Amino acid sequence: MDLVAVLLDASRAALGVPAAAYALAAIGLNLHFGYTGLLNFGHIAFLLVGAYGTAITVDAGGPLWLGVAVGVLAAVVLGLVMGLPTLRLRADYLAIVTIALGEILRLLFRSRPMQPLTGGVRGMEGYADAFYAANPYTAGARYGVGALTFSGNTLWVMTVGWGLVVLATLLLLLLVRSPWGRVLRSIREDEDAARSLGKNVFGYKLQSLVLGGVLGALAGIVLALDRQYVNPDFYLVVFTFFFYTIVILGGPGTLAGPIVGSVLFWFIIQGTESLLRQAINQGYLGGLIDTTDLGAVRLILAGTALVLLMVFRPQGIFGNRRELLLDER
Amino acid sequence: MRSPPTTRALPAALLLLAALLLAGAAGPAVAAQPDEGEDATSVGGTVRAEGDGVPGVRLFAELDGEQVAETRTAGDGTWRLELPGAGRYRVTLDVDTLPEGTALRNPDRNPLEVDLRAGQHRALLFPLGERAAAGRGTLDRALDLGVQGIKLGAIIALAAIGLSLIFGITGLVNFAHGEMVTFGAAVAFLVNVSAVGPRWHLLVAAPIAVVAGGLFGYALERGCFRPLRRRRTGLIALIVVTIGMSLFIRHVLLILLGGQRRTFADYAVQRAASFGPVNIAPKDVVIIVLALAVLVAVGLALQLTRTGTAMRAVADNQALAAASGIDVERVILVTWIAGGALAALGGVLYGVTESVSWDMGFRLLLVMFAAVILGGLGTAYGAMAGGLLIGVVSEVSVVWFPVDFKLVFVFLALILTLLVRPQGILGIRERIG
Amino acid sequence: MSVEDPRPAPPDSPALAGVPAEPGVPKPDPILVVEGVRRRFGGLVAVDVERLEVQRGLITALIGPNGAGKTTLFNLLTGFDSPDEGRWTFDGQPLGRTPAHRVARRGMVRTFQLTKALARMTVLDNMLLAAGDQRGERFLAALLPFLWRPQEEASRARAEELLSRFKLDHMRDEYAGTLSGGQRKLLEMARALMVEPAMIMLDEPMAGVNPALTQSLLGHITALRDEGRTVLFVEHDMDVVMEISDWVVCMASGQIIAEGPPATIGTNPAVIDAYLGRHHGERSAT
Repeated sequence: MDLVAVLLDASRAALGVPAAAYALAAIGLNLHFGYTGLLNFGHIAFLLVGAYGTAITVDAGGPLWLGVAVGVLAAVVLGLVMGLPTLRLRADYLAIVTIALGEILRLLFRSRPMQPLTGGVRGMEGYADAFYAANPYTAGARYGVGALTFSGNTLWVMTVGWGLVVLATLLLLLLVRSPWGRVLRSIREDEDAARSLGKNVFGYKLQSLVLGGVLGALAGIVLALDRQYVNPDFYLVVFTFFFYTIVILGGPGTLAGPIVGSVLFWFIIQGTESLLRQAINQGYLGGLIDTTDLGAVRLILAGTALVLLMVFRPQGIFGNRRELLLDER
Repeated sequence: MRSPPTTRALPAALLLLAALLLAGAAGPAVAAQPDEGEDATSVGGTVRAEGDGVPGVRLFAELDGEQVAETRTAGDGTWRLELPGAGRYRVTLDVDTLPEGTALRNPDRNPLEVDLRAGQHRALLFPLGERAAAGRGTLDRALDLGVQGIKLGAIIALAAIGLSLIFGITGLVNFAHGEMVTFGAAVAFLVNVSAVGPRWHLLVAAPIAVVAGGLFGYALERGCFRPLRRRRTGLIALIVVTIGMSLFIRHVLLILLGGQRRTFADYAVQRAASFGPVNIAPKDVVIIVLALAVLVAVGLALQLTRTGTAMRAVADNQALAAASGIDVERVILVTWIAGGALAALGGVLYGVTESVSWDMGFRLLLVMFAAVILGGLGTAYGAMAGGLLIGVVSEVSVVWFPVDFKLVFVFLALILTLLVRPQGILGIRERIG
Repeated sequence: MSVEDPRPAPPDSPALAGVPAEPGVPKPDPILVVEGVRRRFGGLVAVDVERLEVQRGLITALIGPNGAGKTTLFNLLTGFDSPDEGRWTFDGQPLGRTPAHRVARRGMVRTFQLTKALARMTVLDNMLLAAGDQRGERFLAALLPFLWRPQEEASRARAEELLSRFKLDHMRDEYAGTLSGGQRKLLEMARALMVEPAMIMLDEPMAGVNPALTQSLLGHITALRDEGRTVLFVEHDMDVVMEISDWVVCMASGQIIAEGPPATIGTNPAVIDAYLGRHHGERSAT
């Protein structure tokens, strides 16, 4: 077993583009789930509309910045569509509608009637050229320390991705420490109490849903720029629960939570996968699973983590001790 | 309450669950095939007569003599079969479902054999000959598909009763309910088909699956949800737990069953019989009769038995029910068992008429949600009414709209219900405070 | 409960002297006027109030056996539930079908039977949240702290003042979830005052409070009246009702069955019937 290779794989994943993009998406979801108490089970749909908004606009001849703007606007619309029918009802209705909408959007985007616009199951490509043309690094060169290196192109996406993570965190820092953020937290704790004190709970939930959704769309754009190819099947509803695992791992309702959670998540997931892959190739697992099952193993890990964290450490593994005591009352 | 037994119960439950699942298909039960392309592998086309699309024509695909997919053409004549992955498929157009006066131009080019790579889509042509008399009217097609809708609707209704009752009685929306459906089908598959199973006839395998489904419900309640209720875990945390559980079970099943869609050893392919405009396979007649009979039986049990009355009382007002001497914990347990058994039955029936796959329950979950919300979340009769309605509406929509949009209609029904009457058709406005 | 032996009550409020003790009676200066409000749950009529007026600046108690519809009436009046029919005015303006948060902004603030302390927020944050019309609660303004800091400081000063009045100042930075039951009741009352309501509606303010705190809670409620606010409160403990209320309204089966000064309500035959009837029923049920 080559443990150095495992650590290298894990570290590369923990710093790479997916970690940055998932952190960004998780910041949005943290605003929903951690701060406002909204159960958005279709967060992946925001990534889908962000990516496709960009790809379709650029495909139609628009500049990249317009594509990003369209992607963000699409996320705003999607947030309203999700929120307007459900945010007045019990928390679980939002969960049901968002999970359904996430799946429906994917099915619509891959359907034959939508093919002229979305490319259907064939997907779309060629929208990221302007982005890579602006790359300040040398595309072909490797950057990094020792064996941990990234190509110039990857480093460019990482720079943008982690840059957006920092900006989003600063934005949230300002917001959650303001009276606006206080209202969100009060809704999470007890929305009837907030209502009885004159807060327009519906309006704040909608603002939270839309803002978090926009961050999700930006994450989708970062991922799409990295892959240079979008396909509706990249946006399976289950990926939403990777974001949940990240948020709960890092500590819901904390500013650093999504970042810590994402880095940790990718380190663990990639490390495990790398380890399993070696074990399979060397025949240690005796055909119990093979390499095509690794995607499923990822989701089994996430599912187990969700159950165990939610039951035993709902504040995340670095959660606030005072809150922990509160929950055990 | 946070007693040590509670803390030990959950991991124990997860282990039990894992053991159950592993026992369900120990080792390489099925020859797993690579399926990198998820469900992107497909064939499709348009059936046309004199330039107009012909709806309602049945097509199916077989792999190694086993039917792996079946569909009917949409309002514009389009069709599409999602296939489990790479392989050599036999695609058949069921000529009995062609409109009167039409026939295949080349009857010997049916079935067609195609080789597919994973993720590949191939267009297939089944050209029709001259149309002699008038084709099937819209009404005929709607009738034919309506019967399909009743079949699917009754299965959805069966499977969704547990989802709705558990919500009504414990306030929990169980996102792992879809996996209870898959579990039933998977157990039946193990007993009926799997190399390591006894390969008993489906008529034996199905009752075993239903019992296993009941046990599964029992295990979930005793091993997980009762301890969590005792810990006073919040609603939102509980929902996240059910999601985690759903991910866990579903992907364990993916590893065990493989990514492809499978069929049972018995009743896989049957020739449809014609009753006027309605073309229906004998197995589907049996499914409709059986599902409707079980629905009626559940309705009668809820009305007439002590346990049924207690269930309705607890769903109505838990505090009042407890005060009047009903053992609420027992009612909850019975509901989980009954819900699990009904979900398993739904899974088996769905497996018979469509196919068995690792994610069948999850795909049905969204439809079940639409059904129970439409009918009234928390009531058994709501789940029944909503299930039948959703089944018929989504199937019949195919007469006028592309088949890809079937689920979109289900979803629109869901949204419209929430906007207009969030308590559902049969629900009562919720009491606050 | 001591329906049959009314304790010596405070002298009847002069404002309501001469108002006859009958259900739905008009008052000289009502702040709240309810007309024909009905709410059904399925086949059950939970609230059916023909007419109810609440006098401004006094403490009105709402009593009645369990299931009389008191909390449902509270929910309806404060916009947490909507009636099948009926209307009501607050301070002369119609208030029917107004969403709950607007009701609060109009000056009618409620508390809950099961206290709703915002557990994972500090006591001070609970208070600050309740301040009305905050600039920093608007999304864009929230990003520019200099726009809302001065207002926040003023709110903080007011919150500190109320916290010391309710003897919660030492808990200022604790999570509200760590407070005792009685402290939560106090916090909820103090928090409601941050909204500066003209009328405050307390749903069983004494429920689950240990007896040592009862007197101080009673003092706080009378203090509300003395600073000019109207109080409507639901209460089961007749001693409490007799001690602090100026007027008593009794509900049973969703209807107002009696009204009157506290001194006479205990001898009202309709009230005795309602309570005794319930006691009989309870005995036969258990």
